[in-house]
Amino acid sequence: MDNIVYLIMRRMRVPLLLLIGVYAVAMAGMVLIPARDAAGDPVPMSFFHAFYFVSYMSTTIGFGELPNEFTDAQRIWVAFCVFATVAVWVYAVGTLIALLQDSTFQRAITERRFRKRVRRLRDPFYLVCGYGQTGGALVRSLTDRHDHAVVIDIDPERVNLLKLDDQREYVPALCADACQPANLEAAGLQHALCKGVVALTNVNEVNLQIAIAAKLMHPRIKVICRADSHEIEANMASVGTDHIYDPFDTFALDMAIAIQAPCLTLLGDWLSGVEGEPLGEPIYPPSKGRWVLCGYGRFGKAMYRYLSEQDLALTVIEALPHKTGVPKEGVVHGRGTEAVTLEQAGIQDAVGLVAGTDNDADNLSIIMTALELNPDLFVVARENHLHNQILFDRVGAKVVMLPSRIIAERIRVRLGTPLLAEFLTFARYQEDNWACELVSRIAALVDDEAPHVWEVRVDEVDAPALCDEDRRGTAVTIAQLLCDPRARERSLPVIVLMRLHNDARRPLPEGAERIRTGDRLLCCGRAEASRCMTWTMRNPWVLRYVRTGETGPDGGVWRWLARRREQAHKAAPAKR
Amino acid sequence: MNPEKVVFGFFIVLALTLNFGFFIGEIDNPEHHHAWELFAVVLVNLIATVLKFGDRTHMGALLLATSLVAILQLVTASLIWAIAAHATTGGVTSSVTASIVSLSGGAMIANVISVVLLVIETYTLRR
Repeated sequence: MDNIVYLIMRRMRVPLLLLIGVYAVAMAGMVLIPARDAAGDPVPMSFFHAFYFVSYMSTTIGFGELPNEFTDAQRIWVAFCVFATVAVWVYAVGTLIALLQDSTFQRAITERRFRKRVRRLRDPFYLVCGYGQTGGALVRSLTDRHDHAVVIDIDPERVNLLKLDDQREYVPALCADACQPANLEAAGLQHALCKGVVALTNVNEVNLQIAIAAKLMHPRIKVICRADSHEIEANMASVGTDHIYDPFDTFALDMAIAIQAPCLTLLGDWLSGVEGEPLGEPIYPPSKGRWVLCGYGRFGKAMYRYLSEQDLALTVIEALPHKTGVPKEGVVHGRGTEAVTLEQAGIQDAVGLVAGTDNDADNLSIIMTALELNPDLFVVARENHLHNQILFDRVGAKVVMLPSRIIAERIRVRLGTPLLAEFLTFARYQEDNWACELVSRIAALVDDEAPHVWEVRVDEVDAPALCDEDRRGTAVTIAQLLCDPRARERSLPVIVLMRLHNDARRPLPEGAERIRTGDRLLCCGRAEASRCMTWTMRNPWVLRYVRTGETGPDGGVWRWLARRREQAHKAAPAKR
Repeated sequence: MNPEKVVFGFFIVLALTLNFGFFIGEIDNPEHHHAWELFAVVLVNLIATVLKFGDRTHMGALLLATSLVAILQLVTASLIWAIAAHATTGGVTSSVTASIVSLSGGAMIANVISVVLLVIETYTLRR
């Protein structure tokens, strides 16, 4: 606000001074030169009339000679004044219009509007820095779940793109450098409802700087960063960044888990999938045999590390070994796009192929050539750009790795359902059979769409009825909560995956466990079941019904009547 | 010496001195208060106000506020004069003159504050 007013004041100073000066001179002349009254006698013109005349003369409105016809002396003066005053008016108006179109002024206005909108946010929100592929995917998934986000990006084109994207919630966006703490502050870093900062720019140093600024300006806030190098990761961790995601490491670890425990991977995919999308098929990467890795960059190195831990034989194809560095043995020089190189790497008797260069055309070419030589290959493709999706869908790769989507998914789960992230970490230490059993239970629950996964907080806001019962000492069990509030003998299609009680995590709790105030539950199932559960937790009568099966009198009068009838009932046998 | 400061101080002090010149005299005697004087006072006050635009300091804001008060009082005085002279049958009577002059007296106090602030600012600068 202040900026705009000061900007206008500063710029308008000279035009206004000129305007006042010219008006004063013109008015003084008009008053000094003798005028004529209606009878033709000379009278001085008053200041009021002089001001009136000069005002309409200078704005070229021209009402004529008022209050009486002018003398020739007055006309000579007016002839000069017309040019001076009109010119100054045009100058003043021109300056004002130029000011309105000025880019500094425009930016001041946009920034002010943005600040106001952020300040007025009444729902918890996340501050997303960087609206590239990852940021875009994250904002979309957040808004699809009706979470709010505020975006900062340095590129005006991407900010405009955000305005064109059709988001479910309004997303305020600012085109500014996220490196500058003032911009982060404008975007609501110190806002009481800011739940977290997500640094997703494509420059590691910027992400690091955002993490530092966030930790200093709002220490209790959750900070999530993207990092591509281990050095930066360590640096981020040292300033207290809560979660750091490296897309290549994350994906390579997922592949290693998929080789060991396919069900576990499927479980993770299903639970963190976007609701309403078809359920994915399980993948079975070959756990024995030799894999060929094309490209030994950041992705290739991560894959090499995790795959070699699975005791798989590996052959690396790398075009620029002096730049990337290569493992000691099993290296073939070349790009991998030609059949010769692939044959040299022994593609015919290999079981898996990782097309992991940073060039999408190369990756597609590698896959096509390799599948011609050996159609039974299990192909993992690295997709660098989202717009090549349609090609990767057709090329015949079993798994497509898109860095931006992987990070966006992880962060979305972490932000949207933190308990799910904890549950998946827990699941990682379980046997594959355990995961397979859970997968089949989920499959029975939902037809073939990804399940709805949500968190339930047992508190006064979300579950007043439940808290009320708990305070009275009535035990409500998980099984009771999962009863259908319309017919309690049926149970809702919901699985409680985890219960958080006094900071103790209890995965897959028993139905007989009592729910206490302050608990958090992680549930998965159908979306409509979550609405039924909310009903039970909020409405005391519904809760009583699912607990006892009674549908008692609800209103005050009916309760009074029921009490009377009960008393009469008791009294009657005594008389007899 | 900063020429900007010279012009600035000149107009602020001139606003006060002219205002005083208009104000002085018998309060209800139109002979003692000339229209040209009021014209000059309004003009110089307007210029002083515009000169104060765009100063972000607290002192600048206060100076602007005093000027705005003076302008408000002086414009009201001019309006009363114009209405009395042209829109009423009575003309500029002694009671009208009294109210015009007392309004300009109020404006003078605002101008005095302006000058005092200016002096304080100069004093705190010590350069």
